[in-house]
Amino acid sequence: MTDTTVTPVSAKPAKSILEIDARTKKRNAAEKRFKAYGIAAICVGLFFLVALLWAIIQNGTPAFTQTYVTLDVELLEEKLDKTGERDIEAIKKVSTFGYKPLIQNALVDATEGMETEIEDKNLAKLLSDSAAAQIRDYVIANPDQIGETVEFTVLASSRVDGYLKGRVTREDLARDKNLSPDHLDLIDQMVEDGSVERIFNWAFITGADASEKRPESAGIGVSMIGSFFMMLVVLILALPIGVAASIYLEEFAPQNRFTDLIEVNISNLAAVPSIVFGILGLAVFIQFAHLPQSAPIVGGLTLTLMTLPTIVISTRASLKAVPPSIRDAALGVGASKMQTVFHHVLPLAMPGILTGTIIGLAQALGETAPLLLIGMVGFIASNYPEGVASGFLDPNSAMPAQIYEWAKRADPAYYERAWGGIIVLLVFLLTMNIIAIILRRRFERRW
Amino acid sequence: MPNTILILIVLALGVIGFVLGRQRAMASAGGNSRNLHSLPSYYGYNVACATTLPAMGLLILWLLVQPLIINSSVSGLVSDQASEEGASLDLIMSDVRRVADGLDTAVETGVLTEEEVEALDAEQDDIRDLLAGVGFALGSDVTPSTLEAAKSYRAMNEVGDTWKSVFVIATALTGLLVSWRMTNKDFRARNVVEQGVLAILIFAASIAILTTLGIVLSLIFNTMEFFRLYPASEFFFGLSWNPSFSGRGGGSELGILPLLWGTLYISLIALIVAVPIGLFAAIYLSEYASKPVRSVAKPLLEVLAGIPTIVYGLFALLTVGPLLVEVFGQKGFLGVDWMSGGTAVMTAGLVMGIMLIPFVSSLSDDIINAVPQSMRDGSLGLGATHSETVRQVILPAALPGIVGAILLAASRAIGETMIVVLGAGAAARLSMNPFEAMTTVTAKIVSQLTGDSDFSSPEALVAFALGITLFVITLGLNIFALYIVRKYREQYE
Repeated sequence: MTDTTVTPVSAKPAKSILEIDARTKKRNAAEKRFKAYGIAAICVGLFFLVALLWAIIQNGTPAFTQTYVTLDVELLEEKLDKTGERDIEAIKKVSTFGYKPLIQNALVDATEGMETEIEDKNLAKLLSDSAAAQIRDYVIANPDQIGETVEFTVLASSRVDGYLKGRVTREDLARDKNLSPDHLDLIDQMVEDGSVERIFNWAFITGADASEKRPESAGIGVSMIGSFFMMLVVLILALPIGVAASIYLEEFAPQNRFTDLIEVNISNLAAVPSIVFGILGLAVFIQFAHLPQSAPIVGGLTLTLMTLPTIVISTRASLKAVPPSIRDAALGVGASKMQTVFHHVLPLAMPGILTGTIIGLAQALGETAPLLLIGMVGFIASNYPEGVASGFLDPNSAMPAQIYEWAKRADPAYYERAWGGIIVLLVFLLTMNIIAIILRRRFERRW
Repeated sequence: MPNTILILIVLALGVIGFVLGRQRAMASAGGNSRNLHSLPSYYGYNVACATTLPAMGLLILWLLVQPLIINSSVSGLVSDQASEEGASLDLIMSDVRRVADGLDTAVETGVLTEEEVEALDAEQDDIRDLLAGVGFALGSDVTPSTLEAAKSYRAMNEVGDTWKSVFVIATALTGLLVSWRMTNKDFRARNVVEQGVLAILIFAASIAILTTLGIVLSLIFNTMEFFRLYPASEFFFGLSWNPSFSGRGGGSELGILPLLWGTLYISLIALIVAVPIGLFAAIYLSEYASKPVRSVAKPLLEVLAGIPTIVYGLFALLTVGPLLVEVFGQKGFLGVDWMSGGTAVMTAGLVMGIMLIPFVSSLSDDIINAVPQSMRDGSLGLGATHSETVRQVILPAALPGIVGAILLAASRAIGETMIVVLGAGAAARLSMNPFEAMTTVTAKIVSQLTGDSDFSSPEALVAFALGITLFVITLGLNIFALYIVRKYREQYE
């Protein structure tokens, strides 16, 4: 107290508290820096997100257009049906090789008047190998058209397609024996002429996978069906089992060792790496139970076991969210415990359960690693399954496995397909998540 | 009789049982449901359950046991051949099954009749040709003992299938009859049905235990098989990974250490990327951000967690890898020539780090939010700035939880497959250079097991030993992390 009254003369005048001293300045600067680190971290995170999406969109969108060539092909009778009897068996005997001359003639006609030094026999390199098969299929379906001139729209080869998309340049072709820069000059003229054009590629979305040499005709449609059947298995098995398990654990389970064991197991299974589930599927479903390899049912079973913990955890959360007063009211008017749960608690928890299930399904849809082990790669998914049973049991691929398969093939044309496949996959995931959000918004009650 | 038809028959009997049981209960109550102990439908459910459940259980059991019995008795037939030729019993058995399947198809399509199958002789008829005609390509010619085994395999299967149908339907009928007889107005149908439902619920909950058991058993059995063929000490302490692809066994070096090193190195880089970004993002979101910023930034960051790993794998392989080569490669931006190929530890680690950001940030966010407000208020009241409060009060208080979150992220990184399969390369190396390609435990599990359905060579079985190592490491990390997180939560509740 005395200090304040007796001010020593030598002391400096007291500073104003409004004046910021050096230490405070330092502390404030540290504060600002700290905050900036936080903002920077979020910006870096969001930057990665944008970079990822940008890479996907930029690399993937070209897969949705494809270059086609329009040709007038004269279906020469002496090549396709020497006897002239229109005998379908005789027509089928002509292999795709027999159609090559027709295509060559058609190309010579189409490029007439254009400047090029390409020999006639090399013209066909502009087209996909599938062109001959396409024309052959048409002829077998319409044998009466033999002898006529029919207009076909056939796939251009993947390099021509790549050139129009800017993926293949003249420099690349210097070392390429499949196509020469002269071909590209010709393509430029054909584009002006209108016989070569890029159109929307439905075949990519609906079509089947193709062999390594024909990236231009590969599509993701068949593996989409494979994924669909797998998700069906997951839904049919994981939803009832998951809901039943959560009802038991949340509503009936007594506090004992057995319950603890189940709970520990579920929380651990949720964190087991997905590849371990693949090993499980391989050992149990294929090695032990002899289920067919690469079949969607095996994939579905494996993914079911993987998705169960997710569904159980979210279902338990939504059961927990139903207030005890509902249970008390039902029990109070004489319902049994089981009736209370099934008639009152479960319907109220349903929106939450469905949301959790959809998110679990979305997770399962994008999962790849377990599918690699049960043989859903290295397999060309070339045919649609013939029926429901073969949809479950016949070898098929799945979307993520198909993308992986394309990423492994060294051709850049397949990389483009892989990115395109990712767009398709993400569209599905986005739709599922949006449905989940809408469900939650519309039906979830706050008590 | 095909199983689907059998199941349909049992279900149809169940429906009939429901109707009959309900009728009998109503009749015994004189048509007035008030005289019944339970609601009428419970009597129906009771009969339906008694009809279907035991029959279905029997069917499942039968389907599991029959192949085991038949396999063991048929393998007795071909075991002489196996010891003669030195071929593995498994391979011969799969041949037998294939021939039997082929004969089945041949009979179905009408190429052969049952009598002709019986009369087939491996010495005279070309069975391989015959089966190729119905779409079954065989790897080798059929030996007489294989054909005999295939025939007896078919015969036993046929007998087994007949008895299966008989027993299953008999069980269903017995259940129907017994429970129908028990039905009268004083029967406590609801209690019985609820007991049954509870049993189903308990069974559903035990599937989690069965799954774990399945994982552990399938890993352990195959690993033991592997250690019979390959010494365990060399597996755990071997310094080189060099499986031979040519012959069966011999010449392979299957040491796990290079793989473990690759796994840990990549995970370390991933954590170096993810932890600072994730942690600072969490601190900013929970301590500084205004509500609108938080409600936009948090879900956007979590989108990163919802993207499938195959997408990250492709991103690493086709975008990040080439980009890093452009910077660190020979003719690169820095001109340092550290990196020769796009697939490297750095590529995989960086991309995996991006994947883990939301994982670290949302877990840490929860934990920071769990620190009581009174601690913040106390610190701010003493004149600490906001950042000092965070650094000196909140972070120390949340530290155990954050360590737990980082451990969970580490276990995620160690178990991650697709990113390393596509982005890290295939060569197993013990090297310090992060710009070199290395490989991981998960990537090698994939490469040793894909496209190979024969599990008798050590090169394939090693995958199970790798799997069990991975399982034990991630499980240990998870249990430890959950223990820390839980202990910490209790502290403030």
